[in-house]
Amino acid sequence: MTAPLLQVDDLHVRFPISGGGLLGTGRRALHAVNGISFELAKGECLSIVGESGCGKSTTALSILGLQEPSEGMIRFRGQPLAGPGAPGRMDRAKAVQMVFQDPYASLNPRQSVRTSLAAPLRLHGITAASEIEGRIEAMLKNVGLTPEQAGRYPHEFSGGQRQRIGIARALILEPEIVVLDEPVSALDVSIRAQIINLLLDLQEKLSLSYLMISHDLSVVEHMSDRVLVMYFGEIVEEGGWREIFEAPTHPYTRRLIAAIPDPDAALNSAAKPDLYPTMPQLVGRSFVSDGSTPPDVFTAPARSELIEIGGNHRVRMAVA
Amino acid sequence: MTTPLLDIRDLRLVVSLGRSAHHPLLKGVSFQIMPGEAYGLVGESGSGKSVASLAVMGLLKRPLAVSGGEILFKGQNLLALPKREMRRLRGNRIAMIFQEPMTALNPLSTVGRQIAEMFVLHQGKSWGEAEKLAVEALGNVRVPNPDRRAKNYPHQMSGGLRQRVMIAMALACSPDLLIADEPTTALDVTVQAEVLRLIKELCAARGTAVLFISHDLGVIASICQRVGVMYSGCLVEENETRALFEGPRHEYTRGLLGALPRLGSRSEHGRQRLVDIDSIISDRSKLTESRFIAPRDLEGSQP
Repeated sequence: MTAPLLQVDDLHVRFPISGGGLLGTGRRALHAVNGISFELAKGECLSIVGESGCGKSTTALSILGLQEPSEGMIRFRGQPLAGPGAPGRMDRAKAVQMVFQDPYASLNPRQSVRTSLAAPLRLHGITAASEIEGRIEAMLKNVGLTPEQAGRYPHEFSGGQRQRIGIARALILEPEIVVLDEPVSALDVSIRAQIINLLLDLQEKLSLSYLMISHDLSVVEHMSDRVLVMYFGEIVEEGGWREIFEAPTHPYTRRLIAAIPDPDAALNSAAKPDLYPTMPQLVGRSFVSDGSTPPDVFTAPARSELIEIGGNHRVRMAVA
Repeated sequence: MTTPLLDIRDLRLVVSLGRSAHHPLLKGVSFQIMPGEAYGLVGESGSGKSVASLAVMGLLKRPLAVSGGEILFKGQNLLALPKREMRRLRGNRIAMIFQEPMTALNPLSTVGRQIAEMFVLHQGKSWGEAEKLAVEALGNVRVPNPDRRAKNYPHQMSGGLRQRVMIAMALACSPDLLIADEPTTALDVTVQAEVLRLIKELCAARGTAVLFISHDLGVIASICQRVGVMYSGCLVEENETRALFEGPRHEYTRGLLGALPRLGSRSEHGRQRLVDIDSIISDRSKLTESRFIAPRDLEGSQP
């Protein structure tokens, strides 16, 4: 069996926080990510869903090398991506790139599209003007822009076009993994559809692997192969998109899905009193959290583990 | 025949660009809201949905100005009302909640005092009495420990709690009309669901009509009885919510609904590409020339 493209093993991220103790001098740690493990296969779209503060973005930042993990291992093709023995930023940049939520905030307003796209190529030793120009031209076409637009500046583009530029910049070094952090949540409905379609087309065409961070579950259902549901630093449920959306099991996953303002659900709530009436039999097991009362992030959580409840489908339960 | 609570007739708004140049923002928008009804305005950025609500509140500032039409509230034209009168109405009979409660609340005053101010200003209560009413109002929006929370400053509260405070303030004087401009856009989904339920239940219980503005079709569907779809300063389609979602008539509405990833559609139909609105609409400039407004039977038997 070949090694998975990306392997995250028991990732912990803790942030030290001052305060607490008798004179406010005690040091406490906020456990933002608490023992996350997952794998990302080539060509797969894996989504991490959860609400503000659940640790999904911190997980992504660790993979990008922007947040040092407190514990745990991140491997790319079997080689460490963070921690001891990790490659430098330059090599990591060729493996993993990121598309940000707000394309306007993440593009330099004083750089033309051409300058923005050429910089990473130059840094990686591609200096021939003709090659740079050729790759920029091809990339702009890939994301639905025209080569003539390369000379323009970010403010000359609409929000949707700017997100296309953000995608072009992420892809120019031909990374294998692209981290998508809420890639469409700042966009209008019609533009959002165009960008979602573009991301799916590019994934097929360039056989990219996506790690998508999102709170928008309808987008997640549409795009993902597999889904991780995070709640206060832990994975509470993971499975293929079918398992998560057709048979959500953890109370928090159910709460999350029930909360989606979906027009069909809103108009047909009388017809479907309970979306998921059948609960799998989980003999002798219980959930640590019901997903409505937040746990204390400063104390060690109750012992729990991910239990396999079906092919590819795991859910966090208390250890008896 | 019942008279509408809010009757917007051919409302035109412009943004002035220098001495004589104007750019139209609303190009003759008309719709009505009945007492107790929840009406949704849905549209994308720049469609004019928010400026329409600001016009109703009398909060338009230069360079925005009304250039024509009427806004009748209980038969009274708000556009012709003196500022003093408008101030008396605003917050009292017409209240508003905004997207970002942190910028709408005063950071230097406790939330209890800010709610109490509504009772002092509009109902002539004493501060002591008003502060008791404020605690009660916080309880009504299901803030836990309302007497303790009333002493909090806005920054001590989470986004969801702050939005509850905004709702408590807006509903303090039992207004006839609540204008909600994207009130849940900044919130997490589960918090959003709770806040939406709260708005729906409280307004239904008090008979408060709602003008709900959102870009999110799902949110609109879950709260409104009727929906108006705005595009480029025009109302292009208006219908009862179910009819609009089940049978959109205007091509822009059809495009908008098709562009929405629907929960469960992948299970049923497999993964399809979403509708690209530009591919079905050949000429966006022609869009606003056609409109479908479902005729409404005001005397009909439907409640």
